Amino acid sequence: MAILTIAELTLREASRRKLLIAVGLITLIIMPLLGWGFSRIPTLPCNGACGPGTLRTVEAVLLILVAYMFSFVIAVAAPFIGAPAIAADIESHVILSILPRPIRRAEVLIGKWLGLAVLVTAYTVMTCGLAFLAVWVGVGYLPPHPVLTTVFITGEGLCLLTLAVLGSTRLAPITCGIIAVILFGVTWIVGVAGQIGAAFGNTVLADVGTATSLVLPTDGMWRGAIFNLEPVSMIAVTSASREASANPFTVTAPPTAAYAVWVVFWILAVLGLAVFSFSRREV
Amino acid sequence: MQATAERSASEIAPDSPATTAIQTLELAKEFGSTVALAGLTMTVGKGEIFGFLGPNGAGKTTAVKLLVGLSKPTRGEGWVLGERLGNRAVRSRIGYLPELFRYQDWLTGREVMGFHCRLAGIPRDQRERAAEHALELAGIAGRADDRVGAYSKGMQQRLGLAVALVGNPEVLFLDEPTSALDPVGRHDVREIIRTLKARGTTVFLNSHLLGEVELVCDRVAIVDQGRVIAIGTIDELRGAGKGVRIRAEGVDEEVRQSLRRFGPVEESEGWTVVRGIGDDAVPEIVRAVVQSGARVYAVQPAAGTLEDTFLKLLEGAHDGHPDHS
Repeated sequence: MAILTIAELTLREASRRKLLIAVGLITLIIMPLLGWGFSRIPTLPCNGACGPGTLRTVEAVLLILVAYMFSFVIAVAAPFIGAPAIAADIESHVILSILPRPIRRAEVLIGKWLGLAVLVTAYTVMTCGLAFLAVWVGVGYLPPHPVLTTVFITGEGLCLLTLAVLGSTRLAPITCGIIAVILFGVTWIVGVAGQIGAAFGNTVLADVGTATSLVLPTDGMWRGAIFNLEPVSMIAVTSASREASANPFTVTAPPTAAYAVWVVFWILAVLGLAVFSFSRREV
Repeated sequence: MQATAERSASEIAPDSPATTAIQTLELAKEFGSTVALAGLTMTVGKGEIFGFLGPNGAGKTTAVKLLVGLSKPTRGEGWVLGERLGNRAVRSRIGYLPELFRYQDWLTGREVMGFHCRLAGIPRDQRERAAEHALELAGIAGRADDRVGAYSKGMQQRLGLAVALVGNPEVLFLDEPTSALDPVGRHDVREIIRTLKARGTTVFLNSHLLGEVELVCDRVAIVDQGRVIAIGTIDELRGAGKGVRIRAEGVDEEVRQSLRRFGPVEESEGWTVVRGIGDDAVPEIVRAVVQSGARVYAVQPAAGTLEDTFLKLLEGAHDGHPDHS
């Protein structure tokens, strides 16, 4: 099947270009440092005011920030590998020997996307898994829903990857990659504004935040990840305070099932649009 | 020499696929207001080595891209092996070496072949043999385990030829197949084309190297400004450049003008050459020169070459299109 042939080639390229080994090595170097850093938290000098509850909150907040850092890396890496998916093969003319084969253009595009999606998923699962493991070894803390957290961060990466693949059918790799990263940043800040609007009763700001999370669900996915990283006690405290609920690194309610369905639909729709765009592209 | 329009565009049924490999009727491609191919009408028989000649920008590569299904025509019809252009099943029976060839430089030549064997739908147990066969034919088997990134441009073109030969295609499209090759490589490609012809493969050779086309092709189409301006066998096209050359003293512009009624006139190393004439016109031409008062020292037949015909046809076509740049 051509899709699997193209997907396998995409994975092989990542391997040959030493992407897998480079990313794996960096991650393996970072994780012990992460565990060591968390293990120092109980030794913080706080004049005896740091009870077990306070320390757990510090650990939870710090883990959310760590997850944010990794989600940012994924949000940059996904467009970085997705933007050349089609554009680079067109620019280099490699595509000229592939497309005349008895295959559909859709198979080439979906195969590329599938290979890259496997990479994004594998990297996210590895990073999140190792980070949770390092924190657990370092300080004995595990977030409430590590699997769901990983799912949401993966979803964020897949949204950006799919958007980059769509852009790749029409734009140069660098243009497409930059656009995807800018959109990610804009969506995040609009989401923060929407959260502040919701906390302080500004419905216009809140609606803009909601609409943006529908147009590009990356921030919605990130918020899902935050919710699953928060201990119940933290959610309770945040929900009780208007100021606390405006904090961009806290979330008081999980994404709805309808939103999860929308994200799946969004990815499929953008992928379909990419297939449509590529099928009409002159090469 | 055959006229440009072999059939009218309204006749949309293809010729028998038993005898015809490629057929197009008024095939056209426009990019906005730019006309890349104005209306290509031609037929290529099965087993033919067909040359496709034209100056840069004539629409040759656009035509090949339409024929292999890389691009869709904006007008006209076309068939390859009896099926409409772009038909997926037929694409397993054709091979294509693009003009701008490039392969995954992080793979070895053998891995590139394996990838294309899979895409071509060759059964798993036959892939290795099919790849080896094509690599040997293209003369690159000895370097097949090296990374493509380490290949010279000529080696990459040979690899491209091997890729095009995957699955023993019935029709092979070669777009400038020797552009990166040295004289030995060019000779090898000619030999490969002759081997393929002996096997009954149809080869569509897109080239601007007239000598190369002259050496291997059975028939040739000459295209300019997106249209076929001549089509025929090599001998037929050479005939169009046949003529007479006269060494004479006193041939001025007035004499040359009077000779133009017989055919195109050119001056070459002291000879006055009149082309595109039949044998019976020679006495009339000589008489015209003598009557003009010029002193004739020698009269010789001028052998036609494909280049003569090519240049003459292009000159004629451009005279008819004064806006051509």
